[in-house]
Amino acid sequence: MELDNYIEKLLEKYFEATATVAEEEELRRYFAQEEVAAHLEQYKPMFNYYSIAKKEQFTKQVPLNTKKRVIYGWISAAAAVVLTFGIYFGPDQYRAYQDRKEAEYAYQETRKALNLLAENFGKGREKVAYLNEFAVAKSKVFNEN
Amino acid sequence: MQHKEFLAIVMPFKDKLYRMAKRLLVSREEAEDATQEILLKLWAKSEAIGQYKSVEAFAMTMTKNFCLDRLKSKQAGNLKLVHSNYRDENVSVQRQLETEDSLSWVERIMEELPEQQKMVVQLRDIENYEFDEIAQMLDMKPTAVRVTLSRARKAVREKLMKKHNYGIG
Repeated sequence: MELDNYIEKLLEKYFEATATVAEEEELRRYFAQEEVAAHLEQYKPMFNYYSIAKKEQFTKQVPLNTKKRVIYGWISAAAAVVLTFGIYFGPDQYRAYQDRKEAEYAYQETRKALNLLAENFGKGREKVAYLNEFAVAKSKVFNEN
Repeated sequence: MQHKEFLAIVMPFKDKLYRMAKRLLVSREEAEDATQEILLKLWAKSEAIGQYKSVEAFAMTMTKNFCLDRLKSKQAGNLKLVHSNYRDENVSVQRQLETEDSLSWVERIMEELPEQQKMVVQLRDIENYEFDEIAQMLDMKPTAVRVTLSRARKAVREKLMKKHNYGIG
């Protein structure tokens, strides 16, 4: 009887929402029993429902691999940037490379030609050396006279 | 942040998020999808998780907002949430059957409550949070939480009485 009084007091507080969490827990425990006072029986389903509802669980598996997808995203973004730059600047770079190669070739050819010239010029000078010989011989001949 | 650390933070309250989502959306599949969505959003933000005072309260607020948005867009699209998950477990004993029945009655009574009341009852009577925590989660003043809760509990009582007087079943 005393317990009933106590529970009634708690119920009153419960409906005014002034009971503490601990007091509400007491109520749930009281109504979880098989036998409760007849005039309180009507509250049983309510409290029992709250106790049971707390047991429901989330069982679905959540795929937590968003990070990897983010990385793939960055990689593809980077690839796109590289590709755009390639398409945009690629031909220019290639033309510049072609020009450089041509210039190199022209330089080599010119050098070859100049070398050839220098070589032939050298030969000419050798031949000119004979003229000195001629001068020496001539002076010998004329000095003897 | 690693999977393990994240799961260690999220595990203790993921069921609470799911139950909240189910209270609002009613359908089990909808609630599962919503919970998954919330967890993925949290995972995406996991680097910043340390900044929140209470990840649990933050996650609960996210769940509330997500579900309310969901409900709003459903209403706007004139779609009704369909669900088929009323209890229909096989119980042999008559008394157990009656109990099951009256329990699902409480569930249905809660479905009829306005959203604000539903959430407060869910957070207090089922998850047993303190008023301050509930106030933070629902962005309300603690006194407002108390008033809403009292109103909701009395509404449940009234509906339950009616049912009780008619006799269950």
